[in-house]
Amino acid sequence: MNHLALPKLNLDSLPGPDTVLRRELGNGMLVLARENLTSPSVVIAGYLPVGSLLEQPSQAGLAAATAGGLMLGTEQRKFAELYESIESIGARLSFSTAKHTTAFSGKALAEDLGVLLDLLHEVLLTPVFPATQVSRMVAEKLTSLAIRDQDTSSRADLAFSGLIYSDHPYAVPTEGNRDTVEKLTAAQLRRFHARYYRPAGTVICVVGGVRAKRAAQTVEKRFADWAAGRQVKQPTLPDLRPLQGIVREHVPLEGKSQSDIVLGFAGPPRADPDFLAASLANNILGRFGMYGRIGDVVREQAGLAYYAYSALIGGYGPGPWQVMAGVNPRNLERAVELIRTEFRKMIGRAPSAAELADNQANFIGRLPLQLESNEGVAGALVNAERHGLGLDYHQRYPGLVAGVTRGDILRASRRFIDPDHLAIGSAGPESTPA
Amino acid sequence: MSGAVLSTRLRNGLQVRLKEIHTAPLISTWVWYRVGSRNERAGGTGLSHWVEHMQFKGTPAYPAGTLDREISRNAGFWNAFTWLDWTAYFETMPQDRAELALRIEADRMQNSLFEPTEVESERTVIISERQGSENEPTFRLSEEIHASAFRLHPYHHMVIGDMVDLHSISRDQLYDHYRTNYVPGNAVLAVAGDFTASSMLRKIRQLFGKIPKAPVPAYHDRTEPEQAGERRVAVRGPGETVFLELAYRAPNATDPDFVPLAVIDSALTGASNLNLFGGGVSNKTSRLYRRLVEGELAASVSGGLVPTIHPYLYSISVTLRPDSDLETVQRAVDEELEKLLQEPVSAAEVAKAIKQARALFAYGSESITNQGLWLGFSEMFANYLWFESYLELLAAVTPESMLDVARRRLIPSNRVVGVYEPFGSS
Repeated sequence: MNHLALPKLNLDSLPGPDTVLRRELGNGMLVLARENLTSPSVVIAGYLPVGSLLEQPSQAGLAAATAGGLMLGTEQRKFAELYESIESIGARLSFSTAKHTTAFSGKALAEDLGVLLDLLHEVLLTPVFPATQVSRMVAEKLTSLAIRDQDTSSRADLAFSGLIYSDHPYAVPTEGNRDTVEKLTAAQLRRFHARYYRPAGTVICVVGGVRAKRAAQTVEKRFADWAAGRQVKQPTLPDLRPLQGIVREHVPLEGKSQSDIVLGFAGPPRADPDFLAASLANNILGRFGMYGRIGDVVREQAGLAYYAYSALIGGYGPGPWQVMAGVNPRNLERAVELIRTEFRKMIGRAPSAAELADNQANFIGRLPLQLESNEGVAGALVNAERHGLGLDYHQRYPGLVAGVTRGDILRASRRFIDPDHLAIGSAGPESTPA
Repeated sequence: MSGAVLSTRLRNGLQVRLKEIHTAPLISTWVWYRVGSRNERAGGTGLSHWVEHMQFKGTPAYPAGTLDREISRNAGFWNAFTWLDWTAYFETMPQDRAELALRIEADRMQNSLFEPTEVESERTVIISERQGSENEPTFRLSEEIHASAFRLHPYHHMVIGDMVDLHSISRDQLYDHYRTNYVPGNAVLAVAGDFTASSMLRKIRQLFGKIPKAPVPAYHDRTEPEQAGERRVAVRGPGETVFLELAYRAPNATDPDFVPLAVIDSALTGASNLNLFGGGVSNKTSRLYRRLVEGELAASVSGGLVPTIHPYLYSISVTLRPDSDLETVQRAVDEELEKLLQEPVSAAEVAKAIKQARALFAYGSESITNQGLWLGFSEMFANYLWFESYLELLAAVTPESMLDVARRRLIPSNRVVGVYEPFGSS
């Protein structure tokens, strides 16, 4: 195959300082806006610096439940009225919690931006967490957790996380466990909200068929009254204990047909200077084409799995760098060994110049596709803000990718990949892996 | 910015649909074949889906393992899907690389190799895919419901096929299925994006025009007879959660009952998005959510109505809470359905359903990939006019027409009631 020159993008068409409005409000909130006047819709996305790390391990799931409870009722309106206000116009608004942040995302026809922002303002500032609604939500969460606990891929992932993070706070699942979630009360949610939900550090981004200036004014008009309050102290992360060899946990789930495996190690935080090189290494390892080198070996050559790919999570701390595969229980060990062999190859030798060029072309060329939708642009802007990458990040991105060398890839791989020090979580019908 | 659709047919029978959209430097290319699980018989269930997999396993021009890499290095986003009525392939590419998609699709319309070693390697992959699905209680339940709902019609088996067939299907069966169905007259090529229609059509004629004309395969109809009474299936398996699914025999996409039933679904379980990409809206104000979830009987409820060639299923799926009992939940669902049969829904509910559909259509039409999708997808069960006039058809729905459809369709004798019961539940 011919290896092409790296794609040349029209940098002016990418989001940048000239086309993204960025405004800090007096209370510490940050507003981002970019207009796309060809679009009939508008998207809002953002986050608050309120994550599950702020909860006690005995209350695992509290931060997620608080976010989930925001729309159960407010001082002004009941649950049904809140949802009627958006569902009746075909809009949506939802919240999700991660280790460090609680994110929100919403979408409406452009004409309804005001309705969406009114709702966001109302549920962030004046939720009441009605006891009966919270109790119902907890019961729904318990059902979801019961389903999760019977799901082979979820159980393999939980086992993996427990192994690599052991006593680190990342080991606690954000959604909690049944024994912690069943004890959550409306009063706890109210306290958590009162203590941590603040404008400082909150980012809100509006992208779509509304002029950026007007969008920012619409946000400011609603949120300027949110009192700054006391600054929330973010928890500091302890150092991660290195793995002492290969550690494994298998979760037997009777009656299942397939086993799932998650294996890997802790990867670099987003701010790590090697993050981009590690991302390219990950693309080579388990994404490019039909799942990169791992997909080629495990799926295409050995025919062992319908899916076998890798993911580098990044984020504020040492997020996982992991490989996921679903295999016939008989083939579990073989798949593990094939994947470990690919780990060895990644740290044994730098990728060829052609392989690196292919992956760089993939990273650069797909940017316009990632930024085609309002959701894509909003997500990219929020992510750049979250990690301090700068408004010009997407315009600099092609150059940054093109600047990664074969040596960078090898160095990043050797820093994080170790086939003899890794965690293997698995779940399936067998009582123990063969 | 968005132009009209250029619609034509090449001499070899290939239908072409082109739509210029100049909002982003992207082009989405879709090829739709009129073959899916409805074209399979016992002993060959899963053939269409397996052929789809084999379309990634090489031609002389693009040997196995090179196709996906070629797309990736050219920054494409691609995938393929097999469904009851169709099989589709798409590539969304940067505007200046889109010809590669056309070349690949023209090539694999006629030159796929189906090497025996690749067939065997893919057999275990597909079996693994099926085993992954079998891990899901809702798949197991759905499979039994389909088998019960369709005694004759080929919608009775799952798209992935029966395990016994996945073990026995031969390379020759696969290749024959490919050669029979992957002919220009059985396909629609739909392209949307940043191009001029005249030059795109020229390229298409160059690449696809030389593919020989071949007979379009006949479809052997096995119409499902009317259902004479309620059917019930129970599946037992691992887990702790009870799932209930009510599957009603539904109208096909072009039946006048389809759109009123879509509005009924919206009122009952919330607005659905007919697209493959992009989410819908929440369903917290729908009748069944209020009764079942707010009523503390269920953890979730959803509805499903999809446009198909033949009458298929309208499904209501309920995930029970651990502290609920099945009888109470089903009685509650039936009471809500009975209300629909007794009195017309309010004008406000109809208006809400229409506004929701308008919003979802707007969202679904924003991406170039989705525009390409609709150009071809609508041709698989109707035509593009169906898509273009959908909002008008919705606006014409009245409470009375919904009442009429509900009274004829949402009755116990027209449904299969399926229950997934975990081991150990009473």
